[in-house]
Amino acid sequence: MNTQTLPPKPKVSIWKKIKRALIVLIIIAIYVWTFVGIEIEWDRALERISRNFGVVIPKLLSPDWSQLGKVSASMLETIFIAFAGTFMAAILALPLGFLAAQNMSGSKFIAGIGKWILSAIRAFPNLILAILFVVAVGVNAFAGVLAIAIGSIGMLGKLYSEVVESIDMKIVEAMEATGANKIQILFYGYLPQIIPEFLSYAIYRFEIDIRASSILGLVGAGGIGTMILFAANNREWNEMGLILLAIIIVVTVIDFFSARIRRKIV
Amino acid sequence: MNNHDHRSAQVKTPSIYPTKTKAQITIIFFIVIGFYLYSMVKTQQEMVGGFNNAISNMWNVMLKFFPPNLEVIGAVWPPMATTIQMAIIATTIATILTIPLALLSAQNITTSKPLYYTTRTILNILRTIPDLVLAVIFVGLFGIGVLPGILALIVFSLGILAKLISETIEAVDMNPLEAMRASGANSIQMIAYGLVPQVLPQFTSFVLYVLELNIRASVVLGLVGAGGIGLILDQQLGFYNYPNAMTIILVIFVVVLTIEYISNKIREALI
Repeated sequence: MNTQTLPPKPKVSIWKKIKRALIVLIIIAIYVWTFVGIEIEWDRALERISRNFGVVIPKLLSPDWSQLGKVSASMLETIFIAFAGTFMAAILALPLGFLAAQNMSGSKFIAGIGKWILSAIRAFPNLILAILFVVAVGVNAFAGVLAIAIGSIGMLGKLYSEVVESIDMKIVEAMEATGANKIQILFYGYLPQIIPEFLSYAIYRFEIDIRASSILGLVGAGGIGTMILFAANNREWNEMGLILLAIIIVVTVIDFFSARIRRKIV
Repeated sequence: MNNHDHRSAQVKTPSIYPTKTKAQITIIFFIVIGFYLYSMVKTQQEMVGGFNNAISNMWNVMLKFFPPNLEVIGAVWPPMATTIQMAIIATTIATILTIPLALLSAQNITTSKPLYYTTRTILNILRTIPDLVLAVIFVGLFGIGVLPGILALIVFSLGILAKLISETIEAVDMNPLEAMRASGANSIQMIAYGLVPQVLPQFTSFVLYVLELNIRASVVLGLVGAGGIGLILDQQLGFYNYPNAMTIILVIFVVVLTIEYISNKIREALI
């Protein structure tokens, strides 16, 4: 008799079972808390949507071309904000990036401080920073530039530090052995290894910042967000359609070119 | 003679970067700097009092936020909880919806080219729209409340999640699947024991990542009336009640950091 039997299932230890049960329990608890806690006013929302859907959606899909000049002007301002902010961040993130890299700062403690500062910066949503800067420097585009700059330092600094930590020290050692001085080592040993990746990350961050700066205007920090706010308040959905179209086109074009440039650099 | 030769050779050592590249880089460098300076000028145009005035003013204004009024923490917690709940619901629904979309936009699963490109294009367009703009539109459709916020988060995270997961599916090793088929497994067994184990760790990790993104995003949704803690932050700023606003900002800060920490730990354990 040659009965076919399946191979035995791998044994699961009792601790693993308890751990799994605990995880399942925690997840269930989170969902119970979520669905008990949240209050959605379905009646009101459904009534609104039945009234608004037929009005808003067709208008969104037929953009108001008479506003083209105004929309492109403020889209341009959005690009200026993103560019100036990213540029500032790309420079300001350099010292923090080196500080947070363990092989440069020398001690685990200092690198830890650097990493902590960077993740603290990352925890602030861009828009919250924008609110703070609007209060500080007034309702204008420069508040947006500052918000973008500070917001981008967190991510760029972290990525920079990872690049610096992955430097191939053998090249540096080889240069030392052949008698290169410190400046030569910096220019021919370190920089060629880190600059392409630094640039690539900065350009990638510019992509993100274009999206981020297009909503800054909602809190008064300039760019096309200001128009979004007015269009929504006045229920000018035709204008909103054009604004949406402008954002989609500009973001797509910038993403496309940025991806090409980055592929060329790295 | 020999010595002289040696010296002249040293002088003529060519740079490792060709002249043309150098020229190109110099030009690009100046264009970038020029555009930066122009952007700085343009963005500071409407500023009253100019740059220096603003920077010196900044310190005085920042001081108004301190010390934060910690007595209102009790009142800050319920909207913060709503914010987290919105993010959890949105992430859950987006995760469920993303499975068919991710399969449709994975080249090795969807063999029909037109279908693949259509899904891809729709997802790409979806990803270009900032979450807050979606929230503004949904608030216009549904009125002020939690629902438009959740919908905006769903649409926003759908684009990101579907892209990340479809890339994971495209990177799946097809050999185990073929081996299983050769040894007589049916399609359900192939998916359960061949595909799912390969994709699941990445899948869970991406879902957690999107949950993080959603919590960050939901914090500010209230600014446009889409529910959560942003709503009361907007109110307090409107009343110029900066110490209260600072407390809210601190609560946001702590919650975002905590969730990022937990989610990072889980993701490290998974992969």
